[in-house]
Amino acid sequence: MSRVLMRGNEAIAEAAIRSGLKCYFCYPITPQGELVEYMARELPKRGGVFLQAESEVAAINMVYGAAAAGVRTMTSSSSPGISLKQEGISYIAMARLPCVIVNMMRGGPGLGNIAPAQGDYFQATKGGGHGDYRLIVLAPSTVPEATELVRLAFDLADKYRVPAMILADGMIGQMMEPVKLPEPVDSADIPPRPWALTGARGRPKNVISSFDLEPEGLRRMNLVLQETYREIERAEVRWEEMETEDAELIVVAYGTMGRIVKTVVRLARAEGLKVGLLRPITLWPFPYGAIRRLAERTRAVFTVELSAGQMWEDVRLAVEGRAETPFYGELGGVVPSPNRILEEVKKYVG
Amino acid sequence: MEKSVVFAGFGGQGILLAGKVLARAGMNEGFEVTWLPSYGPEMRGGTANCTVIVADRPIGSPVVDSPDALVAMNFPSLDKFEPRVVEGGTIVVNSSLVKRKVRRSDVTAIPVPTNEIAAELGNPRVVNMVALGALVRALGIVPLEAIETAMAEELRGRSRGKLVAVNREALRRGFGEAGKYLRDR
Repeated sequence: MSRVLMRGNEAIAEAAIRSGLKCYFCYPITPQGELVEYMARELPKRGGVFLQAESEVAAINMVYGAAAAGVRTMTSSSSPGISLKQEGISYIAMARLPCVIVNMMRGGPGLGNIAPAQGDYFQATKGGGHGDYRLIVLAPSTVPEATELVRLAFDLADKYRVPAMILADGMIGQMMEPVKLPEPVDSADIPPRPWALTGARGRPKNVISSFDLEPEGLRRMNLVLQETYREIERAEVRWEEMETEDAELIVVAYGTMGRIVKTVVRLARAEGLKVGLLRPITLWPFPYGAIRRLAERTRAVFTVELSAGQMWEDVRLAVEGRAETPFYGELGGVVPSPNRILEEVKKYVG
Repeated sequence: MEKSVVFAGFGGQGILLAGKVLARAGMNEGFEVTWLPSYGPEMRGGTANCTVIVADRPIGSPVVDSPDALVAMNFPSLDKFEPRVVEGGTIVVNSSLVKRKVRRSDVTAIPVPTNEIAAELGNPRVVNMVALGALVRALGIVPLEAIETAMAEELRGRSRGKLVAVNREALRRGFGEAGKYLRDR
């Protein structure tokens, strides 16, 4: 199939439609405006529902409703908008409903700015909303990968009845790259949803709920979630390695920084420096085991991210003192160039 | 091979489109490409830029320290990006608006009076294609024909054939201008 040149935001929208998306709810925000525009233009033509809600809170609760009714559903926003959606995400997680949430991160905290940033890592991977829940968090580093991960997000959300998040940033949303779009999914391949609220005529009624006033009952609901999360941690950890075999220093970086560090590894190798990259693709479940194994045979595991060290905490949990764990982060939407990162790398290797 | 180009100018000069045409042509020729716009809260008349990379291997960073070429459509763009161009690189400068010479002696400077050429062609909006034509000749990785095809694809849906014709002529005029400054091509 031939390649098409698409913006990240548009490619994600098209991939979602081809993944069987039926209901998309949103409230617009930069830098993911093109995703909303694309959905507004394309989804109704192709048999789906596009609805711009009166607020982010309304949009996520519409996702809650559509998911309960048993269709593939999605919302997208950027950092401050995702903050507003957290209550609904927590409800969806407890109600065990599959859906996809796209966060095109921007500079924060607060209103921040619209430049690329990775300051929502904690929010995405450690909860964000209240209660003991997890999202499956997928972090694309290129536009083609974003289209693949959208399909995976829908599939994993369905498989485990857990909401999945695409965590990218303004750079991936705004840039264009050639993509091979996935074939449209056959509706017969979308898993059946015997739990969905489709009308109870002729069968016992289904109940979708995120509460139980009896502590024992709520405990049981929580244990089901926790069992599901352990299963996901066993089966769904994904990451990419580059030049790690003989590396004396492993850089851990994801998303936009992951691809920028690929250039850093090339530059370092050209100077004879033994530098490698581990790029987490799933931020939750996090590749603790893969990082631990590399830490055992390397001098330093160097975290590079567009935050004050949010993923760094997970990297240190993985390394547990087996190697040095230096850190370099940029804040406020500043994106460091490959040579700038190489300067930092050279402090610890060679 | 990996070549990077920064297109910079006023919003409204069509620099994002010029970059897109190069990226599309590169893709059509089988290369890997990235097109990265500056996307601040800009408005017509403000500054805008985009970075295009064309490579024969997967592209890592879409962010570039030292581009191989610069297309500077206005004065602030030349001031800002001239120092960053790689040694031996190329600077296409819109000499209609930029009333100073390229200061670097270790790059190939290609001054192109894009506004005058566009005016001669009867459409002031094709300045971007005049500059792109000059750049393509200097870059030497994508043939002019591929650029013309990509331009027609980009304009498809938003214009009639007449606009494609004047843009094609603009590309050719720019390509011709660059010949004055390039010995080998």
